Parts: sequence; structure tokens; C-alpha cells
Amino acid sequence: MTRGGALAVGIVFVCAAGAVAAIAFAWHPAIDEITPPAPGSFDRYLVAEGEDLANLGNCAGCHTSEPSRPLAGGRALDTPFGKVFATNITPQADDGIGAWSSEAFGRAMRRGIARDGRQLYPAFPYDHFTHATDHQIAALYAWLMTRRPIAGRAPEPQLAGIFAFRPLVAAWNLLYLDEGPLPTDGSRPSQWNRGRVLAEGLGHCSGCHTPRDRFGAEDVARAYDGAWTEGWYAPPLNAHSPAVQPWTPEELQTYLHTGLAPHHAAAAGPMASVTRALAQVPEEDVRAIAVYISSLMADAPASKQDKPQPVDRLAVAQQQHPEAATLYAGACATCHDPGAPMMQQGRPVLSWATPLHEASPHDTVRVIMQGLTPPGGSSGPTMPAYADMLSDQQVQDLAAYLRTRFTDKPAWSDVPAAVAEARK
Amino acid sequence: MSTPRNALGRRAFLANALVVTFASSRHALAQDQDKKLPQSLARTPELDAWIRVGADGTITVFTGKAELGQGIRTALTQVAAHELAVSPGQIDLVTADTARTPDEGVTAGSHSMQDSGTAILNAAANVRALLAEAASWQFAIAPSRIEMRDGAAHAPDGRQIGYGDLAASLSLEVEVKLDMPRRHGGKPVIGQNLPRLDIPAKVSGGEAYVQDMRLPGMLHARVVRGPSDGTRVKAADIAAVGKMPGVVKIVRDGAFMAVVADQEWRAVKALNRVQAGGWERPSPPIPAADLRETIHRLPAQDVPIFDYPGPAPPADARSIRVRYSRPHLMHGSIGPSCAMALWENDGMTVWTHSQGVYPLRKALAELLKLDLEKVRCIHVEGSGCYGHNGADDVAADAALAARAVPGSPVRLQWMREQEHGWEPLGSAMVVEMAAELDGNKVASWRHDVWSNTHSTRPRTAGGLLAGGEVDPPFVPPRPGPIPMPEGGGGRNGNPIYALPNAHGVFHFVEQMPVRVSALRGLGAQMNVFAIESFMDELAFATDNDPVAFRLAWLKDERAREVVQRAADRFDWRRRGAGGGGSGTGFAFARYKNLASYCAVAMEVRVDGDSGEIHVPRVVAAVDSGEAVNPDGIRNQIEGGIVQSLSWTTREAVAFDKTHRTSFDWSGYPILRFPSVPGRIDVEVIDRPKQPFLGAGEAAQGPASAALANAVAHALGMRLRDMPLSPERVKAALRPAPVATKQAAG
Amino acid sequence: MITLTVNGQAHQVDVDPDTPLLYVLRNDLELNAAKFGCGLGQCGACTVLLDDKPVFSCLVPVAALGARKVRTLEGLPKTLPAAFEAEQAAQCGYCIAGMIVRAQALLERNPRPTEKEMRTHMAPNLCRCGTHMRILRAVRRAAEAMGGGVREEARIGAEEK
Repeated sequence: MTRGGALAVGIVFVCAAGAVAAIAFAWHPAIDEITPPAPGSFDRYLVAEGEDLANLGNCAGCHTSEPSRPLAGGRALDTPFGKVFATNITPQADDGIGAWSSEAFGRAMRRGIARDGRQLYPAFPYDHFTHATDHQIAALYAWLMTRRPIAGRAPEPQLAGIFAFRPLVAAWNLLYLDEGPLPTDGSRPSQWNRGRVLAEGLGHCSGCHTPRDRFGAEDVARAYDGAWTEGWYAPPLNAHSPAVQPWTPEELQTYLHTGLAPHHAAAAGPMASVTRALAQVPEEDVRAIAVYISSLMADAPASKQDKPQPVDRLAVAQQQHPEAATLYAGACATCHDPGAPMMQQGRPVLSWATPLHEASPHDTVRVIMQGLTPPGGSSGPTMPAYADMLSDQQVQDLAAYLRTRFTDKPAWSDVPAAVAEARK
Repeated sequence: MSTPRNALGRRAFLANALVVTFASSRHALAQDQDKKLPQSLARTPELDAWIRVGADGTITVFTGKAELGQGIRTALTQVAAHELAVSPGQIDLVTADTARTPDEGVTAGSHSMQDSGTAILNAAANVRALLAEAASWQFAIAPSRIEMRDGAAHAPDGRQIGYGDLAASLSLEVEVKLDMPRRHGGKPVIGQNLPRLDIPAKVSGGEAYVQDMRLPGMLHARVVRGPSDGTRVKAADIAAVGKMPGVVKIVRDGAFMAVVADQEWRAVKALNRVQAGGWERPSPPIPAADLRETIHRLPAQDVPIFDYPGPAPPADARSIRVRYSRPHLMHGSIGPSCAMALWENDGMTVWTHSQGVYPLRKALAELLKLDLEKVRCIHVEGSGCYGHNGADDVAADAALAARAVPGSPVRLQWMREQEHGWEPLGSAMVVEMAAELDGNKVASWRHDVWSNTHSTRPRTAGGLLAGGEVDPPFVPPRPGPIPMPEGGGGRNGNPIYALPNAHGVFHFVEQMPVRVSALRGLGAQMNVFAIESFMDELAFATDNDPVAFRLAWLKDERAREVVQRAADRFDWRRRGAGGGGSGTGFAFARYKNLASYCAVAMEVRVDGDSGEIHVPRVVAAVDSGEAVNPDGIRNQIEGGIVQSLSWTTREAVAFDKTHRTSFDWSGYPILRFPSVPGRIDVEVIDRPKQPFLGAGEAAQGPASAALANAVAHALGMRLRDMPLSPERVKAALRPAPVATKQAAG
Repeated sequence: MITLTVNGQAHQVDVDPDTPLLYVLRNDLELNAAKFGCGLGQCGACTVLLDDKPVFSCLVPVAALGARKVRTLEGLPKTLPAAFEAEQAAQCGYCIAGMIVRAQALLERNPRPTEKEMRTHMAPNLCRCGTHMRILRAVRRAAEAMGGGVREEARIGAEEK
């Protein structure tokens, strides 16, 4: 998850507020180094539990850049003010977290402070992880410390000027870090509460799906209102959900567990990696998350509709975008038309596809150009990338055609920019 | 592809046949009871059915076997060229064609070299002897003084006569004599790495496949079916489809439907239009997402597959009992099945990549209600099939479509999802192994294998998909077990090891929840996987080195040498201790205990985080008898290993209640380049003058077991259910789930 | 009539404009190399070069080509085909044309790929016969013949530390 905006705006605020006060809050003692504990010293059941939690939080999504070097970090997260690199969280003593005691690890998870006392940048979502239970943090620690130690330190953040001054993050923490476990909502079933702890804690769903305020933190007033991440738009998961079909707990559970929702679409972009990790999480945990997140969308338009009918304005689209209609017939219909083999498997029609209903064309354009590729040759929703098959103009036309044909929403205005950005 | 359209009788080739008597009788052969005619020759003993020599010296050799990409065209050409003492370029090899070649049944079971190779070898030796005899008359010297080379007979004084001239003076309308001496001396062709004759066209865009055929006036067709075996399309607006541009005809006969169009893409569009009407499953629901438990549970007919005697084990013998399994597997040809058919002059000609043109002709004749001689099936290469895929079915589909448009050739290719959805699968299998150990010796051995049939190859119209769709439908033949020693589900269930008190039973399950048939190796892959995994488990239980343990029970000298050579080449003695994700594994089998011997040693690294198995190095040794084309054998073994790694690490056909859900490569992933081994090193052991032994299915069983053994060595725990997928590896590395809850609580 | 440029030659074809390039190559221009494998962009049997990039011709409508240039196996230099022949890199061979075209794109862009780059680049193309080892050998051989070469061996499963 990128937290570039959070970081940048937060730091600007801190500058204005005054650095001296920040430094006072920013000082934290180092915690003594330890000799990396022997993997055998951890309870294997706790380790297994930690593995599930690591998948739930998709640690590898950010901390693995090269599959042969799992969790060794190095992945760059672009921010408007420079690059932050995910760190090495293997139990390697010098470059990873091998010398971190469980206390040091717990402090990092709860308060965003590294073992040596430095502030971690909030690109690391400790504002969510702080809600994890002690047992969860212990399990995660056990799992991480039993991974293969890999040498190699992540590059230092490449931030311009004042932004490289870590202690300033402390002020941000003062404002936005709400430490500790979440209170239980007694009016809700326990499954909902469990889902909330998982989603708001280690799952950190809102990290991508909630827009940032002017200080770069998640805007609580607009929680789950949709936000940008790595060039993709993470759609709203609240009453503003653009989904045409309702997100029932069952449908959402299927989506999170398989990356494919029969009445919505296949997961793409950063969410594809999330669903692949969730595929390995016990189903009851995914179910709990689905119960919680779907409850946030109870007031979405789709949930109020009785039986939404798919929009297919074939004639209008054909008339407005005749060339794209031909492109669609030759390049898309073999999978997406009703008689196509994929559709015979009960896959969602394009009329249900959430990206087409979003306010921005970016997700649609990115899916067309980049396709969907399950990693490592595994099975799963697949789509070829059309970036080399179609010209920019053709992708633009196609996106406009799809919008016209499969939604009743107004035409997008910024398609060329979306194509240019995806081409980069 | 210059296949003549008119059926040419084989007599038509004998333009200049003179009648020369050549004594040959079955009586003579019968004197030696041990020397029976090889199967192909017994069925077609006439020499001119195999080899003809034209007046211009061109030599035409006929085989009833088909090139499937296994290199048989090249190897058979070499056999003929060698024995006739000509260069391979002088041979024109005609492959399976019901109007021209002998009936050699089906090209399967690694039989081609054994059957056709042996037949052609004998026929060529006969022809060479006849030509030499004819030359001896002309030179007026003894045949023994004549040297046959480069397509001519040479006398010691320098006189020479070409084969064409010699052939003009004799007839090959005689029966093959079996005990003709093999050619000796001269430049060998057998044993040489002759470059494959079919490769130049394949790397240059030549017409190499039935898919590439274009006949004048050709139409394109697509067959209409539901998404998979057991389903059908619902009624669609057929009239509207008929009005689509380019649609020439909608062919319907009962539930059979095909669309015929002037252009291929238009046929595809028409197909999709029909399919938009949806589909249903009239057949009973599929009982489970993974059918191996179903197969294990269904009523079975018990067929003994072997009984080796031995004393009863002592009362205090240690007993070990384990279970292995594999899911349904797909052939997964890269090119969907295709056929060309032409209905003309009340006769049907079908160009097909079927493995058995003669059985197909019979089934088609029944389907089309035609006399046998009105149907001609000509083999033209297709995409690799690896067993009974859609080849025969699509031939029937094309024939039915062609009959509706007389005089127009019809090219019908299946779509990807039709190949995935309708090809007969390789059956899921379960093997239970049990042994008793007396100290560190095996005292008893028990092998129980459950499976559906391993062949529903069409021999009647009921064996074709279309046969079950036309009105009235043909009844599919009742499946049965293939008898040992070849066996189907029992194939290779009989261990090659000299084990005492060993017994095996094939529990043949007649009821087929989904369509199955022959997949490369039939039951051998599963049985070898089980036997060779179990040998390792017993070696471990008795604290023996796996290779030494095998050698201790292996009496067959050729088998021992193959094992030894693979182990030495791999440097087995210096293998690592295993564990920590790194391991080495070994396995061996002789395919069917009748064909090639193959041993495989493998090194693996298992990534505990991803569960993926990497294979840095594989070494194999193979003994295929006399090696006609060593590089061809190497190619088959390399390919067999890689294909087997794909089966064993990732493949499983998935179902829901209504259909196969593995409808394309995204639902049925196979091995891709990033996952293939670092290197594979194959040693071919040549056995000059020994019978040819097929190699096409020799590696699959040993490769899958070597992988499982290496993974067990790497992890310290054994995976017995295929595929050894990342999910299974990761699950194996985790503590039992019940205990997790206790610990967490 | 639609005009397209294949292997340096302009052609006019009378087909529906949505017809995928693959069908035009095979049926109208009678070029055999590109094969129908899946029609879904999953197997690479139909691979051709479109302005130097390897694409699935089964998914490119012929009307979308415009002035872009198509190259098929038939129009490529003989270095790779000769290397495939020398290595006997085929069994059934159905995938081979697509393999050669994809390899051509790699070596044109980078005549000195690493073993890993080569394997990653070839990943979109499927082979069912298991001829992969020979195909890789053929690409290595062709790279050398072009004055480059595959740089280092793959460290399959090697733990990178």
C-alpha cells in the first residue's frame, strides 16, 4: 500500500507546526539487539497462525519484490516527494529484523518505531496494525522469525529535503495514531466484530480504499470512499459503492477468497495480489471480513435495488463508436459475449463490471492494457494484455465504447490521460 | 500436402510387376515355434504391402502407423533405408491411410517401433534379398558375392544394376519371410542421428498439419456442443443464426449440430451466437469436484494383475500400508483437434490426425451407414495428442458436416474450450500399497489399483461423440479392462522387482462419472509412481539407500545397467543429505515390463514459502533396444520428463456438479518456461541387434516418482497424492489444523 | 477491402473487419506458421510480430492494424529456424512457429539476455510435448549466431541471499 500522500502532506503540516515540538515527541530509546532466535524455538502452531495473518495482511505484497527473495524488501513505493522502499523483514540479523526482540517488533507494529528508535514512515501501515491483538502480533513475529534469512538492505528512502527528516513523523503520529485494540461494538454480532478487527487491523483495507485528508492521513469522515493506489482506483466500499449488483457477504467472501465475484468482476491491480494472499487464509476469517465490509455497503444503491438488470446499449454504442465496436467484436467478444466460453462458465457480464461504473476510466484502461496474469503460472482469472495489440487511440475508443454500451453513466472525460498514464 | 484424392488401390502401384516365384510358406516358419510373425506382419504378410520399388528406383515404404510428433516417420525411414542399403532420401514413406497402407491398428502404447519398425525391417531384408537374387541372375554370380549399396547391386568386377531395373524383373507380391539375415557391413543408417524429416516444414511455415490443409472450395465448420462432456446447448434461435453473413448451412441430426460457413471466423461467430442460448446438463450430476474418491468407492470388478509366489511372512513382520492417488488429467493438445472431410461420389474421405485410421473408418462407416470401402481415412499430422484426444470425434463431426454439403471439402476444428471440455480424460486413479518387512527384507507385497477404463477408443459409431448425438443415437460400447501383460489400469502394476509373495489386483470401475480414455502411458504413470514411491518408503524404513535397495531386488541385467548408469551419471553416491528444502530422488521402470527401460534421477529445491518445487537437474538413462535414432529417443525422454513434471506438479481437472470447470489454460495451467528444469541429461544405451523397444511412454512414470522421492528427501515427509502442487506442499508443511485450534485456544 | 502489410508486402483482403489477424494470415494469405491454439491469448501458438512486439494474432482484429507492420515466421531471418533445426527442437511442432517468433522479438531487442530473462520472455508460449529444453537450446544457439549469446545459466531454485 502506498502512503505517499499521507507522508508528504503530513510532513508539510509538521513543518508548519514547528519541528522542535516534533523532535521532543520523536525520541524513542533503542531496544537491545538480540541474537536471532532459532526457528525451532517457536511453537509451530503459532507459526502457522502467523502465516495466516501474514497472508491476511498481505505482507509479501509490499515486502517481496523478487519472488526468489521473499520478504527481503526492496520494492519501491512512489510518492510525490520521492521513493520509499519496503524494508527487509526476514530474520537476517544485519539487514532484516533478526536482531529484533518480540518487544521491538510489537513496538514497530503498534507505534511505528524501529528497533533502533527511529521513526518508521507511515507508508508502513502501523496505524492499522496497532489494532492487532497481542496474540496476533506474537504469531506474526513467530512466523517472520522462522522465515529464511536473506541478506540485503532495502535502499534508504529517496525523499527530497526536509521530508527525509524522520523525527517529523512523530507529529503525524500524535494526530493520527490511535494506538491499541479496537473496542467491541456490542450491538453487532461477534463475527462482525471479528471481521472489523481483521479488516481494520492487519488487513488494513481502508489504507487503499479511504481517501486522504489534506494532511495525508485517512480521512475518517470519508472512510471507504474510494482512493488511488499505484495508479489504480480502489473503489468505495461504503454507500457510494459503484457496484451494480449488491455485495452480499457471500459474494464478497467468494471474491476475496478466489479473486472472482460472479456478479461483479475479477480482482485486478493491487487487489489481485490481496485476493491471492487471502486465498490462503482460513475461510472463517475471510467470511468475517466479508460480513464486516459488506455491512459498510448496506446503503449503497445496489443494495437497495431489487433485481438490477444488466445494461447493454449495443445499438447506441455501435452508433457512437463504430470503430471500437469492430475492435470489441474481434478482440473482446471471444471471451465477453454471452456465447463465449468464459461466459458459459458463469463469469460476470461486463454490465456488472465495477470499473466501468467508476467515475474514472483508469481501472478499465489498466485492465485492458495490462491484462490479468495469475502469478507463477497458477490458475485463476486471466486476461491478455492489449498494450501491444492496440494503439493508444484504439484503447481510448474501446474504453469509451464499453462505458457507453455497458453502463448508463455519462461518458468519461479523461480517457486519453488514463491511457497515457497506463502506457508509462 | 499432395495427397491424391482418388483412392489408389495398392495394385495400381505395381505397374511393372513380373511374376517371379519366391518360395515362402508359413509352413517353413512354423518349423520354429518360437519365431512367430510379429503382429503387423501376421496381419499383413504380403511384401508389397510394405515396400514397393518403382522402375525409376524410387522406393515407397508403407506403414500403418502415424507420425504424432514422436519422430516415427524418420525412424521408420531409417530402418527401411538401412536394411535396403539406400540413403534415407530415396525412401518415400507413406503413413496410415486406409486406401494405401497396412492396417496396423492404433499408433499407441509405444508399439510403433516394435510393430511397424520390426515389420519394415523384415520386409526390407526380404526385398534386399530378392533384389540381390535378381541381380545374381543378371550378373550370373552367386548372391553372396553381390554388394548391395546406394540403391544398386554391385558385382566384384564393377558391374552394377539399379534397384529400379532389378525390381522390373521381380514381383513383391509374396509373403514376407521372417528369418532373412540382417544387412551387415556398409554405411549404417540405423543408429545415426538422422535429422527429423518433418522438422524443416515445421520451422518454416510449411504445410505440416491437417490444420494447414486447404482444398479448393473448402468451407469452414464448427460443431456446437455445451461447455463439456455431459452437457448440451439449449434451444437457440437457429433461424437467426442461419441468416448470419456467410453461414452456408446449419447441420442438424438429432442432438448433433454444426455450423458451416464460407469463412472460418464467420463459423466461429455463428457458433458463439448459438451458444449464447445457454446450456444444460441432461446427464446425472458429477459427484465431486475431485473424482478420485468417487472412483475408489464405486463398485469394481477385481482383475488379478500378477501373483509372485513366496513363503508366508513371519508373524512378527513389520507391516506398511499407504495410499497414492492421481486426479483426472487432460491430454491438452496445443492445437485443438481438426479434420477435413469431403463427401463426393457417394464416398467419404476424411483427413484426420486420428491415431487409428482403420478403427476410425469402421466407426465412421457405421455412423454414416456406408460400406467400409466407401470411407477412406487418411492420416495427416496434427498437434501432439498424447493419447485419445478429440481427433476421432472431430473427424466424425467433420464427416457429418461434409455430408450436408456434397462436393465441398469441410474443414472443422474444435475450439479451445471444446478440446478442454470434451476430450476424454485420463482417469483418476487410487493405488493402495502394502508390504511386510522381515528385518530389512521385503516379505510380502500387495498392490491394489482402482481406476476407470483406459481406453474408449472408437471402434464403433457409439464410441464417437457424434454417434451419441445423432438420431437414433448409437450406444457407446461397454468399457472393459485391458488384459495384462499390457494392461490398462493395471499397466506396470506388476513390479519388475523380484519380490516374494507379491500380488496385485486391478479394481476395474466400469461406471464412468466423466468421459475417460487413453492418456499417454495409461495406468503406468500412476502405478510406477506408487511402486517407486513405495520402494523409497521401504528403503527408508529399512535404512537402505534407495538405489542400492532397488538393485537388491532387481534381477534383470539390462534393468540393472540402466539404474546403475543413471545413478553414476547423476553422481548419486555423492548426493546431499537432503532436508532443508533440498533433495534428490530416483526412480526406475520398464514400460509395461515389455518396452523401454528408463531410470530418472532428479534434484529438487522446494520453496517452503511459495510451496513451489524447482528442478535444477535431471539425469535419465534409457535402453530402447537397438537405438534407431538416439537423438529421437533422447527427445522423447526429455519431453516425457517435462510433461510428467507438469502432470505431477500442477495438473488436475476440476469439476462442479454440472461440468468440467477446467475450460481453458487459465483453468488448467500446464508447465511454462520459468518452471522447467535447469537441465536434463539423457543417456541412451544402445543395444545393437536387440529388438526395438518403444520409448514414447517410458519416462512419465519414473519422472513423476523421482520427483516425489526427491521432494520427500527434501522435506522429510512424503506427498502421495498428485499433483504435488504448491498448495499440497504448503499444507504438508503445516501442523495439523485440529492441533492449531488447541494451541490457539 | 482491408489493406494490411505482412512481411513487407501489402495485401488486400475481403473479410469482415472484426476478423482476427490469425484467420486472415492462415486462410486469406495462406501463411501456415501462426496457428490457432486457443483464440484466447493464453498459449502463444498464433504469435506474430506487430511493429517488433510479439502479439497474439488471434486477438488482433484485422481492422485494428492500420499502418502497423506484421511479421510472421515466414518473413523472419533464417537464424532462429536454422537453430531450431540444428537442435532438433520440435516434437509435434505445433507451438514452434510461435516460439520462434517470440524468441525473435527477444533477440532483436536484446541479443544478450540472461537465461532467466529468456525463460521469462518465453513464458506466454505453451508447449505440451515438453520440448522446452531444446527450444531454450535453440534460442541460445541463435543468440550466439547473431553475435550475442545467453549470458548466464539459470540458477533454478537457487536460494538468493
